[in-house]
Amino acid sequence: MQWKLTDDRPIWTQLTEQLTERIVSGIYPLGSRMPSVRELAAEAGVNPNTMQRALAQLEADGLVSTNRTAGRTVTEDSTSVEQVRQNLAEDKMELYVTGMATLGYTETEAANMLLNRRRGNE
Amino acid sequence: MMEDIRTSKTAQDDALIRLTGLTKSFGAKRALSGIDLEVGRGKIVGLLGPNGSGKTTLIKILNGLLRPTSGVALIDGHAPGVETKSHVSYLPDRMYFADWMKAADLMDLFSDFYADFDRQKAAEMFSALGIRPMERIKTMSKGTKEKVQLVLVMSRQAELYLLDEPIAGVDPAARDFILNTILTNYNENGTVLISTHLIADIERVLDEVIFLQNGQIVRHDSVDNIRATEGKSVDQLFREIFRAVPYQGGDL
Repeated sequence: MQWKLTDDRPIWTQLTEQLTERIVSGIYPLGSRMPSVRELAAEAGVNPNTMQRALAQLEADGLVSTNRTAGRTVTEDSTSVEQVRQNLAEDKMELYVTGMATLGYTETEAANMLLNRRRGNE
Repeated sequence: MMEDIRTSKTAQDDALIRLTGLTKSFGAKRALSGIDLEVGRGKIVGLLGPNGSGKTTLIKILNGLLRPTSGVALIDGHAPGVETKSHVSYLPDRMYFADWMKAADLMDLFSDFYADFDRQKAAEMFSALGIRPMERIKTMSKGTKEKVQLVLVMSRQAELYLLDEPIAGVDPAARDFILNTILTNYNENGTVLISTHLIADIERVLDEVIFLQNGQIVRHDSVDNIRATEGKSVDQLFREIFRAVPYQGGDL
């Protein structure tokens, strides 16, 4: 998974979002140890302080916790991770529906088209 | 507002660089004009400005190569001089090594001059770059020469790294290597000051930026703060602030 950074928003918020996606999608599994700030910063090509700030936000969100011995680990609370995942999924669906609305499709039409597309792919 | 999440030190302890009313004139020309500036520790700071805005002059004053005409420059409470040079690692805008020297000679030179030089680290980076110890500077490409210098400068455990145009004139791959070297090798309690006008390439590695224009600081802010308040990148903001207005002709 590549890091994608755009110009129009603070870097740390984009890092927080992408780290969150990595957690809900299981790239960083529940209860696993996160890579260090330095490793993550080098991987994303960003300043370590910026990465640190993004990770602090994940901690505030309850997705990771800092442990004196084990470093930073992903939470083991699967329900809260699933909740975050569903919230993100709703945002994506909202984007799809509003995007289709600009083309004049109703929500039902948009949903049907999505189902037909899937059938077509299988 | 600047936020520092890593330390809770007082502002006084935190300033590694402190400039007060710093002015430098060359004859009638004013290169720096009454600069007040504080830069903390553990940061990567961009010194940005068009050609002739005073970037190199400021770096040379911090390094003790130029003396201020008036005003005060302090590094960790000391005026630039013999004492500060042992904690300041400087990458000049021009290569200053004799071209008959080999990579190994340069490591000897740095070992002799600087107690904080980590020779093993430099040797490892040279080998990662495929630069052999017996290779002469003369035979190296421009990009390789830039990398060699940067490896030497970043292999010191300095408090302050002054990098004058480290990415000018090298290809994008070499640029990535250089930025990565800065990110992974700077001393965590040390500050890196990078002067450049190639902002887009470097923006992501910076904590803060200082915009210099005609020898004055026109903006000093964190990268994320600029993006949050302006809704655009530092590069875009730079282009707006320093936009040259084309000559239109006709009546004014």
